[in-house]
Amino acid sequence: MRLIVTYVIGLIFGIGISISGMANPAKVINFFDVAGTWDPSLAFVMGGALLVAFPGYMLVFRRPKPTFEAGYQVPTNTKIDGRLLAGSAVFGIGWGIAGFCPGGALPALGTGRSEVFLFVIASAVGVLIARLGPQLLNRVGLSRTQTS
Amino acid sequence: MNTATEFTPFVSLGGGLLIGLSAVLLMAGLGRIFGATGVLAGLMLPESRDGFTWRLVLLAGMVTAPTLVFLSTGSPVDIDVPVSTGMLVGGGLLVGFGAALGSGCTSGHGVCGMARLSKRSIVATATFMVATAVTVFIVRHVLGA
Repeated sequence: MRLIVTYVIGLIFGIGISISGMANPAKVINFFDVAGTWDPSLAFVMGGALLVAFPGYMLVFRRPKPTFEAGYQVPTNTKIDGRLLAGSAVFGIGWGIAGFCPGGALPALGTGRSEVFLFVIASAVGVLIARLGPQLLNRVGLSRTQTS
Repeated sequence: MNTATEFTPFVSLGGGLLIGLSAVLLMAGLGRIFGATGVLAGLMLPESRDGFTWRLVLLAGMVTAPTLVFLSTGSPVDIDVPVSTGMLVGGGLLVGFGAALGSGCTSGHGVCGMARLSKRSIVATATFMVATAVTVFIVRHVLGA
């Protein structure tokens, strides 16, 4: 039951992404191209998502625990640090260059388009470099930065 | 290369409502933030067997969606890629690296974190929106790609 629900949730997300335009790099880049061929559609995507998620989360958190788990796993870190700022800036630069973001690209894998696969593989490599890179550097003694 | 796209406020709003709904349902059911980069990372570097399984099933649902949309509307999901292969790969590397370093992307910070009024997510979303806009301006109007 838990996995069926999970599947349906993925499907709802995927349908939302597919019809919204978030999976379409031309539309994403045009959203940010205020000085050129501006298309404000994606503001409606984020607006719509928050319109549901903001009151929705408030309702959900009134319940002591989620249906299929012992508790909620939400981030508790509140520190605004260099990692958050640098990571978000790098993410934004990449999003502006490619036009895809992970949330847009993962459902779009279902179209079978080679560009989507190329982007997802590249971003998977990027995730691995960020997660495993510091450990590898530490191992060969090239970096003294601490990894958590 | 810089072709205009049609302004689609209604389907985009509808899509956004569904994205928000899926985020709320995942929290109600599994108590988890809906972050696409987290799904990708959790599949490659699983924290546990169950952590791998539910993310794989969630991804299976996502990947089925374009076919369902095609079958019910009769037209395929629009994907126009106005950038070169090199930009797709280079941008992809930066997206993955940045999202992993900054602990989130458009879905995790932009939707789930903002909806929880997380200060970190609000700062992260503002940061990447500005970075994306500046990048698009430079690529299109300074470099003229």
